[in-house]
Amino acid sequence: MEVANPIIELRGVTKSFGPQHVLDNLDLKIGRGKVTVIMGRSGTGKSVLLKHIVGLLRPDRGEVYFDGQRIDHLSERQLVPIRQRISFVFQLNALFDSMTVLENVAFPMMQNSRHPDKKKIRELARRCLQMVGLAGFEHKRPAELSGGEKKRVAVARAIALDPPPDVILYDEPTAGLDPQRADVINRLIRQLQNEFRVTSVVVTHDMKSAAAVGDRALLLWNGRFCADGTPMDLLRSHDERVRRFVDGVAEPEDVATLAG
Amino acid sequence: MNPGNIAVRLIGGLGAAALAQLADFGRFWIFCANAISYIPIDLTTRRGWSRLLPQCFAIGTRSVPVVMLTGTFVGMVLVVQGWNQFDANGIADRLGAVVNLSVVYELGPVLAGVMLAGRVGGALTAELGTMNVTEQLLALRSMGTDPIHFLVTPRFLACLLLTPLLTVYADLMGALGAWVIYTGVYGGESKPFWQHTAEFVELWDLSMGLIKALFFGGAIGCISCYCGFHCRPGAEGVGRACTVAFVVSFIVILILDFFLNFVMNGLYALWYGTKALF
Repeated sequence: MEVANPIIELRGVTKSFGPQHVLDNLDLKIGRGKVTVIMGRSGTGKSVLLKHIVGLLRPDRGEVYFDGQRIDHLSERQLVPIRQRISFVFQLNALFDSMTVLENVAFPMMQNSRHPDKKKIRELARRCLQMVGLAGFEHKRPAELSGGEKKRVAVARAIALDPPPDVILYDEPTAGLDPQRADVINRLIRQLQNEFRVTSVVVTHDMKSAAAVGDRALLLWNGRFCADGTPMDLLRSHDERVRRFVDGVAEPEDVATLAG
Repeated sequence: MNPGNIAVRLIGGLGAAALAQLADFGRFWIFCANAISYIPIDLTTRRGWSRLLPQCFAIGTRSVPVVMLTGTFVGMVLVVQGWNQFDANGIADRLGAVVNLSVVYELGPVLAGVMLAGRVGGALTAELGTMNVTEQLLALRSMGTDPIHFLVTPRFLACLLLTPLLTVYADLMGALGAWVIYTGVYGGESKPFWQHTAEFVELWDLSMGLIKALFFGGAIGCISCYCGFHCRPGAEGVGRACTVAFVVSFIVILILDFFLNFVMNGLYALWYGTKALF
């Protein structure tokens, strides 16, 4: 898909971990205010790709741009203003166990301001919790929450920035959730996009989720994208690799590794 | 495979392992320097103190009972071991001086350090290791917060400042434990016990013991946090990191103790000459 004035751009990004080549000269442009879904089998490097966007991983070769600024060579301290504009919802939620739900949600705002107005920040954090349907959960600890509730707290923490983030990165937001809870998260992603016009990048292997939230869907295959279009384009694709992924058919080499 | 190839592979493997250890050692010092660089900010801001004080409670206050218990038994054991020899030579009244000197200069700081390496070091590595494997450290970085500043600096400072204070408790209880056994079990007199202690245990000995504890505390803080930050994934990774943190802290305490003793004894001899106990 052609993208004019992208907010995120990857040019020729290559990444390996030892002998394992994860990303191979990959190019990607992500448009503003849209939900872009990156799909692929488990272990194909979707999360690795997402971590490059926020500078948590550096490419072996290639360049990463955020809002026109090259960021892959910046130091951790130079990355701070960039990271304050990007929120990341982790696959394991990454909520801080030692804090309450409210403290977790308020944490980025507390950390990012030199003289935080605690009352205002708590109020904003409460509003974010209300948005994700968790009013009344403020004083619970993450260990007391279900998987779906933890995910919603992680989303609340992602949007709890003043001003709201320009980009939210979701790493497998519906993984491990039952279909109904997954639908709640999908609706939440769409709702946030409509409300804040935030750019969302969703990494998932769940085709149903991709169809529900995505304006655009890409399929990662052996370190590169092999399909790029709307989720419906992928669903109707005749490409063998896309069809196997969409229909959930194992690769012949994977079948061959099974005993017997 | 011919013997030449085996030798080349063996040497290559050893070289690679040595390089990996060296790189890890370098990373450790960069990690420590990073944590230390934030100390001035943390000590001069309210936010820094608000992170430091809870650590002081967890690392210091909660360790008081075990450190006192350690000190007490060290003092008691030394009296039990020394009594017969000293009594046989008619110098049992000097036992207090020897025991208390050993406690404040050597055994108090070392055993308090070892106890803290187990209690505090294990807890720090497990906590930070779990945060590492559950992506909480990555989450901090993604929010623009340096996890070394947020997590390591307050823990390192708490270990550094409170290990000497805890050693004071160990020293005090060591002396009291020794006195209880000396007078209560063996029937020694209190007055010569304390008199000879006051005569031979100098402020220098006490201070050097506490300076050693300062080094031990810093080592425990740095090693434990580093192991937690760099543990391998999964429960096994965290468990292994805890073991490594304790073993390395223990060995480093012993090595530091040796070199610090060497330097301190040299300095004492230079300034005050040699001290005779008898």
